[in-house]
Amino acid sequence: MGISLSKLTEKTNIWPWLLLAPLGIYMLIFFVVPLAEVAIMSFTEPKVSLANYQKFLTGALYQRVFLNTFMTAAFVTLCCLLVGYPLAYLMAHSKPRTAMLILLLVTMSFWTSFLVRTYAWMVLLGNNGPLIAFLQMIGFDKPPQVLFTRFSSTLAMVHILAPYMIMNIYTVMKKIDPALIRSAESLGARGWSLFRHIYLPLTAPGIANGSVLVFVICLGFYVTPVLLGSPREQMIAGLIGHQIEEFLAFGLGSAMAMILLVVTLIILTIYHRRFGLDKLWG
Amino acid sequence: MTNYLQLSNITKTYGHFTALDDVSLSVDKGEFVTFLGPSGSGKTTTLMIIAGFEKASGGSVEIGGQSISQLAPHERNIGIVFQNYALFPHKTAVENVYFPLQMRGVSRSQGLRRAEDMLSLVGLKGFGHRHPKELSGGQQQRVALARALVFEPSLLLLDEPLGALDKNLREQMQIEIKRIQRSLGVTTIFVTHDQSEAMSMSDRIVVFEKGGIEQAAAPLDIYHRPQTSFVAAFIGESNLIPATIASAVAGTAESPTLGAFDYASTDVLADGQKVTLLIRPEHIKLSRNPIDGRKNVRMVVETIVNYGDNALVIGRAGDIPMRVRVLGADVVIIKEGEECCISWMPDAVFVITR
Repeated sequence: MGISLSKLTEKTNIWPWLLLAPLGIYMLIFFVVPLAEVAIMSFTEPKVSLANYQKFLTGALYQRVFLNTFMTAAFVTLCCLLVGYPLAYLMAHSKPRTAMLILLLVTMSFWTSFLVRTYAWMVLLGNNGPLIAFLQMIGFDKPPQVLFTRFSSTLAMVHILAPYMIMNIYTVMKKIDPALIRSAESLGARGWSLFRHIYLPLTAPGIANGSVLVFVICLGFYVTPVLLGSPREQMIAGLIGHQIEEFLAFGLGSAMAMILLVVTLIILTIYHRRFGLDKLWG
Repeated sequence: MTNYLQLSNITKTYGHFTALDDVSLSVDKGEFVTFLGPSGSGKTTTLMIIAGFEKASGGSVEIGGQSISQLAPHERNIGIVFQNYALFPHKTAVENVYFPLQMRGVSRSQGLRRAEDMLSLVGLKGFGHRHPKELSGGQQQRVALARALVFEPSLLLLDEPLGALDKNLREQMQIEIKRIQRSLGVTTIFVTHDQSEAMSMSDRIVVFEKGGIEQAAAPLDIYHRPQTSFVAAFIGESNLIPATIASAVAGTAESPTLGAFDYASTDVLADGQKVTLLIRPEHIKLSRNPIDGRKNVRMVVETIVNYGDNALVIGRAGDIPMRVRVLGADVVIIKEGEECCISWMPDAVFVITR
């Protein structure tokens, strides 16, 4: 009995792998191979050496862009949290109609292509757009430059990434047992103390999940900062694009990409150790 | 001090639906009162109104002569143990118990000491550093109890707290809760739909049905002298026989199917009054032949459920379904499908007028 059973499981064991094969092959051809190529290029272009990494580590400009990218990502994450937390709260605890309306607005914005959203911001914030017109109307003779600044790119990135934060926090808030809140009230908590001691810690996993997701996506953001941001305040993805498109410096571009990848993996590893990546997806 | 907790004419409506209709009740200080009833009978709604999570549509709640109807839940100083304990998952056991003290401004060192003491009282000495998910169901239950008691509440509310535990643990916790409640002397309201829990723990049982109180009395009173057919049917097993009072002076009633009855009631009854007669299954004797000095009735046996130490014999006397509880050894005299004789003494017959 035991023998035949183990034979059976041995036989059936290959099925999951067969089912996984199409996806595996696809990922191999379109993800693993190109990535490996980038990794190899970073050491071989234009000749086999560590020169590309040396160049990055000694170039003040590159490091400034790198630092700027992390600062921007952190700032965008913070803004997403400040905007997203109250919105998620409203979604989770309003009357069904209000909650549905906010959910609809958030998901609609989420489903719209981020390229479309980026162009929408260009129209809204541009010199001939409604914001500048409004500023002129209320008495600015020479309205400030809004588009192509750090402000406009940050604003657009917060708008584009906030749904990730909102959805993560919302899911956690929705799962909180109402009896916990009632119980806290019956024990004498209310208002700020209820929030600080009970509600906030209970929603912390959502905050952690949303933040790491927004931060990591933001690190690699390309289109929005390039189209909306100040040319002097580049982010790393834009710089990589620059190296490859303008200077044809495939090696240096690849080295930067690898460094970004490694740093991102390190962040995810730390997060995984602390909270568990599996929780990131609900 | 009597009338410690006073509910006066509590009404609760949801739109056209009346969940509670004119509920009044007084509870003495230190008393253990159980709200018993089927789901939807209004017992939990009443509890939530006392706790302040539901607002009554009418009536008032007073504790120690002070109205608390207008107070928010956090101002009422009432300890509650919820159905699923509602322990804070991000806090350890001792931090959970410390929480109500923290909210009352007790210093951390003193508060944690009191929390530890309370944990010892509920039998969880040395478990304080564990998180709720590292504790068993019964242990979580004890933490919840400690947390609801540590701030010396004016009232303790228990909302079906034993529902999630298995039978053995449940019986153990019944005894534990009773012991702790007695030692602290805290006035307690216990909500359950489990009648054996209500019988074994309470000083007084309040039976709820359809948004009102059917009867409020000591457990044995409820069992032996139910005031309505609902209470008689809901508590324990019962045989209910519709009848008419034949002679109130002689103490006889007449059942259309079972004939004349002697009963022993001290209630004021009138000739011709429609009543329901209650006979508990354990007060009926099963025999082959009629027994002198008792009321004898023929019964056809339909089912015998043998529990070993005792057996339940289910059958019909005429068109009336009857249940008889006999000792396990006595059941051998009868088989399913046979006819037998059942009999009882007049004092086993209790008259229900409602």
